[in-house]
Amino acid sequence: MTPRKPPVFAMTGGEARLDGRLVLRGVDLRVPAGEVLAVLGANGSGKSTLVRALLGLIPLSGGRTEIYGVPAARFRDWRRIGYVPQRLTVGGGVPATVREIVSSGRVARQSRLRPASRADRAAVDRALAAVGLAGHGHHSAHQLSGGEHQRVLIARALAGEPDAFVMDEPTSGVDAASQAALAGTLRALIGQGRTVVLVAHELGTLEPLITRCIVLDDGRVAHDGAPPKPVGEHALPGHDHVHPHGPAVPDGGPLGTWDRT
Amino acid sequence: MSILTFDFMRRALLAAVLMGLAAPAVGTFIVQRRLALLGDGIGHVALTGVAFGLLTSTSPILTAVIVSVFGAIAIELLRSRGRTGGDVALALLFYGGIAGGVLLTNLAPGGDTGSLLSYLFGSISSVSSRDLYVVAGLAVAVVAVIAIFGRELFLLCQDEEVARASGLPVRFLSLLLAVTAALTVVVAMRVVGLLLVSALMVVPVAAAQQLTRGFRTTVGVAMVFGVLSAVGGLYAGYQRDLSPGPAIVLIALALFVVAVAGRSLIRTLGVRPGPGMLRRARANGRGARHPRHESTTPASARSDAEATSR
Ligand SMILES: Nc1ncnc2c1ncn2[C@@H]1O[C@H](COP(=O)(O)OP(=O)(O)O)[C@@H](O)[C@H]1O
Ligand SMILES: [Mg+2]
Repeated sequence: MTPRKPPVFAMTGGEARLDGRLVLRGVDLRVPAGEVLAVLGANGSGKSTLVRALLGLIPLSGGRTEIYGVPAARFRDWRRIGYVPQRLTVGGGVPATVREIVSSGRVARQSRLRPASRADRAAVDRALAAVGLAGHGHHSAHQLSGGEHQRVLIARALAGEPDAFVMDEPTSGVDAASQAALAGTLRALIGQGRTVVLVAHELGTLEPLITRCIVLDDGRVAHDGAPPKPVGEHALPGHDHVHPHGPAVPDGGPLGTWDRT
Repeated sequence: MSILTFDFMRRALLAAVLMGLAAPAVGTFIVQRRLALLGDGIGHVALTGVAFGLLTSTSPILTAVIVSVFGAIAIELLRSRGRTGGDVALALLFYGGIAGGVLLTNLAPGGDTGSLLSYLFGSISSVSSRDLYVVAGLAVAVVAVIAIFGRELFLLCQDEEVARASGLPVRFLSLLLAVTAALTVVVAMRVVGLLLVSALMVVPVAAAQQLTRGFRTTVGVAMVFGVLSAVGGLYAGYQRDLSPGPAIVLIALALFVVAVAGRSLIRTLGVRPGPGMLRRARANGRGARHPRHESTTPASARSDAEATSR
């Protein structure tokens, strides 16, 4: 990492209001390239709000935030960013195939009048394979289980071949097979030196991949540093990492819950 | 066919085909964006445009284009301002549009509201050849917008935040879709009428999605249904001397019922689509052929139970 390179995300004193209520209360956060950052915190602590603000999807009411050194509102090089939102279902009432949804992740790389190129199709194939959905592109996305659906959203971000990923709770409510598929996908991305900001309720099998961890509490950063180490009772044999780590992550079921934002 | 010997009928038929193609194409995106009432809102506003044309003795179709485009932009701006109040704003435009239309028509010299009726429910004989040129031009513009911007509009309607984080010009695309919907309303106005315009943007799409798995195929099948309804309704209207608008909409609704029946027939005969399709497909691939008892609850409702059961 050369020091001259701007960080992927840099927020200083970030404050955000939703419906007049202060949801982010002065967040300072720099995410250098190559980092794998986990954002933990209870439901409603502001995790989704933070990542949406980092992407400039929510205007800040105070402070500022930059993407690759450019103020978020003026950032244009979106092909470098892949966003996996926290969603319950694929949006809208009209059916769409898995492939159609994943292909739409290429849109930042395509020109308007040209049909999808061979490179586009190859990238979509790779993205589908990376999440274990190769050969399932023709299925309707409306017929997927929660975990399969989440993998489609991840594949959509992968298809754009960005340098940095922002994933909002990709592991919540996801079955074991999808969890394993996601861990494999992340490992490959990290191996390629991509930057990942991963919102999670708890880390589970992803924990060894994390290089840094922040914990949000009521819109503030309550912890910033090393990921929680499996020490003490966590190191006991038979402990299988299915509950949240650390005292700052109070609630959540075995695998967390979906919350609509 | 003897009915084609009438010039007005040929013109009406062409207008109907253009409308049958354009309305469901735009409608698929509108339905995807959960804006099914947008067409209705624009239709009501367009009535004021028509009345403005009658009042000033200019072509009502041109004034309808202008007023409905402004109406569509207003609706889109109100929508993007936030959820709260959006439907109230739409309602204001509904009633303002109707009231303005009737009032302006009353003001027109010798204007009686009877002349509005053909715009409200469509009329075959009223399509002049100049109207037809305008309608054809608008229909081409609408289909061109869908062809050129379809990929971007798909992502916009799928997930607006992801569209923004992909660098799409979200505001421009939203306005483009609203304006395209407004042009479609005017295309459909002469044949199906302003009060039923929206039906042709929504019902063929609802029918098509009973039978399709993908977005593209939904657009295509909806366009086929749109043309079938438009031409069928026009023909029935001509045969029985009925208003074409209601006949077209009733045929579209009949197609919807047939599509629903066809879907349940497919389900009972073949694989029953439901959540967890891929996993089941793999299970079947291993040769296990269990009777299917899967629930059809949506993925969202099941995710917790599914996660904890593993
Ligand atoms: N669109 C919204 N309008 C108003 N309040 C919101 C909105 N979205 C989230 N909030 C509130 O902001 C807080 C933080 O939400 P969120 O960032 O989604 O938390 P998390 O992702 O950590 O669960 C919560 O109290 C939530 O109720
Ligand atoms: Mg959240």
